[in-house]
Amino acid sequence: MRYAILLHYPERSPEELGDALAESQAAFQAYARDLTDAGVLVSGEVWQPSSATTTLTAGDGGLRVQDGPFADTRDQLGGQFVVDVPDLDAALAWAEKAPSVWWGPVEVRPSATHVESGTWVPST
Amino acid sequence: MGAVDLSPPADDARTAVEVTVRASYGRLLALLASWCGDLALAEDALADAVERALRTWSADGVPANPEGWLHRVARRRALDALRSSARRTSRPLDDAAAPAAPGADPAAIDPDALPDRRLELLLVCAHPAIDPGVRAPLMLQTVLGLDAARVATAFAVPTATMAQRLVRAKRRIRDARIPFRVPGRDELGRRLPAVLEAVYGAYTVDWARTSGPTVRDSLAVEARDLALLLASLLDDAEATGLAALLCLSSARLGARVVHGVHVPLDEQDTRRWDTRLVEQGEGLLRRAHAHGTRGRFQLEAALQSAHCARARTGRTDRVAVLRLHRALVEVAPTLGARVALAAAAAHVEGPRAGLDLLDPLAGPCRAFQPYWATRGDLLARAGDEAGARAALERAVDLTTDLPSRRYLEGRLASLG
Repeated sequence: MRYAILLHYPERSPEELGDALAESQAAFQAYARDLTDAGVLVSGEVWQPSSATTTLTAGDGGLRVQDGPFADTRDQLGGQFVVDVPDLDAALAWAEKAPSVWWGPVEVRPSATHVESGTWVPST
Repeated sequence: MGAVDLSPPADDARTAVEVTVRASYGRLLALLASWCGDLALAEDALADAVERALRTWSADGVPANPEGWLHRVARRRALDALRSSARRTSRPLDDAAAPAAPGADPAAIDPDALPDRRLELLLVCAHPAIDPGVRAPLMLQTVLGLDAARVATAFAVPTATMAQRLVRAKRRIRDARIPFRVPGRDELGRRLPAVLEAVYGAYTVDWARTSGPTVRDSLAVEARDLALLLASLLDDAEATGLAALLCLSSARLGARVVHGVHVPLDEQDTRRWDTRLVEQGEGLLRRAHAHGTRGRFQLEAALQSAHCARARTGRTDRVAVLRLHRALVEVAPTLGARVALAAAAAHVEGPRAGLDLLDPLAGPCRAFQPYWATRGDLLARAGDEAGARAALERAVDLTTDLPSRRYLEGRLASLG
């Protein structure tokens, strides 16, 4: 079963983070290594700040291209890990080790279906 | 400048400062904090005094009583800070020398000897008004002088988060005016379990969050130091039992992981155990038992002692171990204790007896890794290979630390 571990947290600049930046990078490195060693990691990604995002909205006047995120909230979706583990308990065991759990909510979302060789296959 | 800094007198002064701080940090801080009621202020004042010592001692020589010197200077710094700040305090600050320990004849003791207030400090750190999660970090920082970054690493929390929690706790101690005092026997009896729990928490942190710190980063040694300090400050059966437990348990740290694979207690090479720590633990356990009262930490220490006996006798007294597990579950019926009891019962009464004890735990243990690892082990011994496989696979799925995963995967492979 595949689960997305979604990391939400308030965005801070490297200047604001200071020493915490190197520390969080090291923590994410260790987390990625642990996930890989356990053979459960499908993919991992940490995104640029939401100021770099672009949102497309279809409306009456056609497609609108907009600067910034779809929802302007305090916590932003900052990254995600997709893991392949047998059940929610196992996914939660990994989610609680996500370094960002100390800065913002970590959401564990089961996958319904995913693409393999161009075809949608059930994730269970 | 550099040449001057490296000259021998400066080096001597630096060494003297380092030695004094290492030996007396907690004692000095406890004394300052119990006097002014403000841990952060006491820490700043002491840091200031240390800095001043580095400069002054290299010029004027190391004073005859370095601790007394640091205490005097830090006290003056704290008073200066209190006077210069607009902060109002209704607490009378006695500017005279520190009072001698109650009951002691002031003339009979060294006038420079400093009273020990570390027990008061430990009780403040584990006060009911302090969040249980920050008690152990607070003890490690104030009593042992560990920096926030080191504590944060061991607890797998970002340094800034840990620092913030510590600052908040210290502010709370000051603002709520939590008293630095040793309460009477009855109240002490009620307050002590929280102190012991926090020290134990500092020890178990690396086993709890196993994918985080390695044994090297863990605070096992520091937690043991805290327990030994507590046992020396207080003639109490459980405090002594806890010190015994941490000595005996940490004696086996070097045997827990070999070639990156977890080694269960029964399979550990006893030559890798630290005999000096085993002996120290045994001595403490005898002292604890002399009190003639029973308690959780004494029982856990007695269990460790029963296992450590294998180094001498070559075998484990399974009946004694089972009896201790039963007593422990009576005193502290945690899930972990009940799973361990099932494993101990299986050794004496057979795997089926152990499985009978595990069955009622299935609900609460759904995501409890030790339950599944034990269940897998017992099913394998009972000859149920398919059941063992399923349970061990479940245990692997719930394991996030690599040495334990490797061990369980080895068990799975041995099922054929």
